[in-house]
Amino acid sequence: MTHQMSELTYLEDVVSLAYDRNRCIGCGMCVTVCPHQVFALQRGRADMVARNHCMECGACMRNCPAGAITVEAGEGCVRGVINELLGIEGPCC
Amino acid sequence: MTISPSASGQLRFLPVARPGAGEVTFRLPSPDQPFVRGTLTTPVGKVPQVRAGLNLRDRLGSWLARWNIGRMHFTVEPGLYALGRPDEHSPVLVSANYKMSFDVLRSALPGRDLWILVLDTKGINVWCAAGKGTFGTLELLDRIQASRLEEVVSHRRLIVPQLGAPGLAAHEIRRHSGFRVIYGPVMASDLPRFLDNGCRAEPGMRVKDFPLSERLVLVPVEVMQALRVGLPLILVLLAVSGLARNLAYGRAVEVHGLPMALAVLAGILAGTVMTPLLLPWIPGRFFSGKGVLTGLVCFAGIFGFLRHRWPEQGLMESMALLLVTLTIASWFAMAFTGATTYTSPGGVRREMLRAIPLQAAALIIGLGLWLTALFS
Repeated sequence: MTHQMSELTYLEDVVSLAYDRNRCIGCGMCVTVCPHQVFALQRGRADMVARNHCMECGACMRNCPAGAITVEAGEGCVRGVINELLGIEGPCC
Repeated sequence: MTISPSASGQLRFLPVARPGAGEVTFRLPSPDQPFVRGTLTTPVGKVPQVRAGLNLRDRLGSWLARWNIGRMHFTVEPGLYALGRPDEHSPVLVSANYKMSFDVLRSALPGRDLWILVLDTKGINVWCAAGKGTFGTLELLDRIQASRLEEVVSHRRLIVPQLGAPGLAAHEIRRHSGFRVIYGPVMASDLPRFLDNGCRAEPGMRVKDFPLSERLVLVPVEVMQALRVGLPLILVLLAVSGLARNLAYGRAVEVHGLPMALAVLAGILAGTVMTPLLLPWIPGRFFSGKGVLTGLVCFAGIFGFLRHRWPEQGLMESMALLLVTLTIASWFAMAFTGATTYTSPGGVRREMLRAIPLQAAALIIGLGLWLTALFS
């Protein structure tokens, strides 16, 4: 499974994405919903093949029926982080 | 989920009741909305009918929204719409009640008869709303119930934009409504091919990229948001500049205020226009760093041409102007992370914790140098 070589990458080793392959049932939903092809089905189960392309949107975690994926999902925006750091509730835009 | 045989002997999935769910009131969107062309009579009543073609009013509304005018109130009523003349076998596509999302969807599907189920996302587009949870499992379940969708279509399939996935648990939708979620392509423009392929996505349809054309349409909003802060700032700086020593007020504004105003504008140009457009080609992963580089270029370009207008400008004042441009460019470039398709909140947090202290220091030093040049 190839992923686009022209894929823009942000920072490395910074995302909270965690995956427990033992829980995976091979349904492929994470592969379907991820907009950056972080996962690929290999040998009947999912593998993280591009962890640094993860943008922590949470689609994989939300759609994994086996609960094999966790990530601290949120919007990657300055306003959102400021709100979070200052403890302000509410939308960022 | 309980399974029971229907009268025809086929197995049917009966939805499991949601814990805590109350009765949802039946409601169809109003046919009096300007983009509604008529109504379609269905088993649940008159469903508002729309066409795939966008008129001048639709396009104008979207164009203004791209300039941040009316963007937060550019909505359609949530609920069920008919595109063309769909029947009980026609597919159901799910969208958000941001009118631009709705218009992008319907205009991608000329000549087709489909149902469009619009969720109440408070006027926010699909992807952002999914991240916030408003394009979510509970809202979709409520909207299915409120539209009595199971009486309108005989199938039990929903086509949901892939970028709605952060907010929707497909297996939960199935469990509680009996409807199976099929994730459609990222781009609405791929929908005709997707539908004709029997709802099968080609590999490229599931990847979200960020080409120049998409970065370009984001620039006007970034500029307008920056000017909302930048123009008052410029006015304050101009007012203060007139007080400089040894010059009449008006002359001081001309000599000291104008270049500072230009420095601010150069920073905004670099951060909100140049950085987004040239994003993949600017060195560095940190957006704040990219802003420094484009800031340098804009500063050199603008002041390179105009230096002769201020022949008396000292080194201290020149350094001040440069620092202001670089700080503003760096800040707005960093703010652009919120509009990109690939930055993670963890990454933005790391970048902000490193960049903001440097930006603050540069701004303080820059303004300090400027005030020193003016008043000592």
